Amino acid sequence: MSAPVVSIRNLSHAFGALTVLHELSLDIQPGEYVVLLGPSGSGKTTLLSILGGFLQPTNGAVLIDGRDCTHMPPAKRPTTTVFQDYALFPHMSVGANVAFGLRMNGVAKAERQRLARETLALVGLKQVLDKRPHQLSGGQRQRVALARALVMKPRLLLLDEPLGALDLGLRRQMQEELKAIQKRVGTAFVHVTHDQEEAMALADLLLVMQDGRIVDQGNPERVYTQPSTRFSATFMGENTLIDAEVTEISGTTATLRTALGTLALDRPGIRKGKATLTVRPENLRLGTAPSGRVSLGSGEVAESVFQGSYRKAVVRTGSGGDILLKLPVDMPVRIGERVEVHAEPRHIGLLQE
Amino acid sequence: MKRFLDLIAGLYALVAYGFIYLPIVVLVLFSFQASRFPLPPFTGPSLRWYGEVLGDSKFTGAMVNSVVVGVVSSAVAVLLGFLAAYGCARMRGRLGGAIRALLIAPLSVSYLIIGMGLVVLFNWAGVPKSLLAVGIGHVVINLPLCFAILYSQMSDNIIRLEQAARDLGAREWQVLSLVVAPVLWPALLASFVLSLTLSWDEFLIAFLLTRFETTLPVEIWTLLRSGLNPKANAIGAVVFGVSILMVVLAELAIFGKGKKKS
Repeated sequence: MSAPVVSIRNLSHAFGALTVLHELSLDIQPGEYVVLLGPSGSGKTTLLSILGGFLQPTNGAVLIDGRDCTHMPPAKRPTTTVFQDYALFPHMSVGANVAFGLRMNGVAKAERQRLARETLALVGLKQVLDKRPHQLSGGQRQRVALARALVMKPRLLLLDEPLGALDLGLRRQMQEELKAIQKRVGTAFVHVTHDQEEAMALADLLLVMQDGRIVDQGNPERVYTQPSTRFSATFMGENTLIDAEVTEISGTTATLRTALGTLALDRPGIRKGKATLTVRPENLRLGTAPSGRVSLGSGEVAESVFQGSYRKAVVRTGSGGDILLKLPVDMPVRIGERVEVHAEPRHIGLLQE
Repeated sequence: MKRFLDLIAGLYALVAYGFIYLPIVVLVLFSFQASRFPLPPFTGPSLRWYGEVLGDSKFTGAMVNSVVVGVVSSAVAVLLGFLAAYGCARMRGRLGGAIRALLIAPLSVSYLIIGMGLVVLFNWAGVPKSLLAVGIGHVVINLPLCFAILYSQMSDNIIRLEQAARDLGAREWQVLSLVVAPVLWPALLASFVLSLTLSWDEFLIAFLLTRFETTLPVEIWTLLRSGLNPKANAIGAVVFGVSILMVVLAELAIFGKGKKKS
């Protein structure tokens, strides 16, 4: 692995008596798209502000290309930010907005106009150079803000809920373009959002934050199917959590006992004691478990609702609680029927906290 | 019955507006009087008294003094108010609140008290009665107003714009001159024109703080002491005209901005 662009070391931050970041450490690789996902108050925006230099951390260090930038002002840092409400200068044309940073750095007029035009073309905007920001649509403003930050050729681009102000359709479209632009320029991006779908679609590295801590990190697929904490299991989408206890370990195979019965899973690095099983509703099926799938136990179908692209069902197990399923619509389900619920082992998450 | 009530309401409005505007109408009308006294019957129209006023160096000099004091004191008040608002918008907590309150509080103090205080202070500090003293007095009365107007415009939005400018490499003076001041331009203009209007016809402080060279309102007062004179009407009409002009300018500055936003 090459040297990281950004190293965050033991970063803590407190506003008065309230600690919002706890001893956070993280490396960001060149060209990586990092998404910080968390509810409001989880510290994700604070972390972004510290990376941008708008906030001085109480403790810890931020290294960019190995250089300590912890107390470097935003103007001097090789980072730029796309702000949540874009923060475009309303009294300047789009061209002047994009060229502003170059102007501050003493780039000659002709050169900065050329670069501004080039960067606007990169984000898919060509004919707006002389317009004022208030003449543009939300999506166009978003692109101008992106161009204004990209034209500086930062080592790290910070995006604070950049799609939050757009309506859903446009958000999904911009999300794809954002990813494409990032791949084209190859700059490392750090993107803050509370939209899980956006986070999963964009991230190379997904960080789930809660109460000032990174509670899960990895590629989005892993975080989604095999969350490593109870919080990330429940924060992202629907999930069924089943309490379990690891009673026996032989080799890498662990035997677990739940209120619904026992099952065996091949999981290295597990220890005896309390555990939680997590399964996404779309990975569960009904009926007798075929070979290669693991039965989680049985219960009675309490609910079956047609939802268009899937059928939502709830299996009530009594002692084990309710299990939520998203089944193919053509699968017949009768309410009151006694059924067995099973899943593939790789779709079963195992938490030990 | 409905019609009767409408009639009463119309009459009431007529009386109310007459009460407010009749004195001004009379003042302006008799400024065009041809004879020596500004009393009925109206003998004009004539520009005789305007000619006399404009030919009298005492009045034209006072007018120039008023303009100079107004423009300079308003510019200083706007600059100080702007910097104070800029700073205060970044202060949280009790100290910021206390500073804001102290800056705005003079709005509630009468000009008489402020004028007397300045007389005593300047006397003690050895500042002679002069146009400079009046100018300082006008900064004292206009600063709170400028501060209040500009502080109300210092939204989070502006703070974010500043952050963006700094992020892109702007130094502090560039943030102020290239981003904050242009964005706040309508509010800056509005507070300047408002200050100018207040300074333009301010009498009490100017009266207390000048001796030989003085401003127009004080000169008018001196003239009125020797009885009614259409000359005073002519000056009054000029003062009124200039005030109206400035109010219109201020309105344009404020509502021009409102239009752009919507």
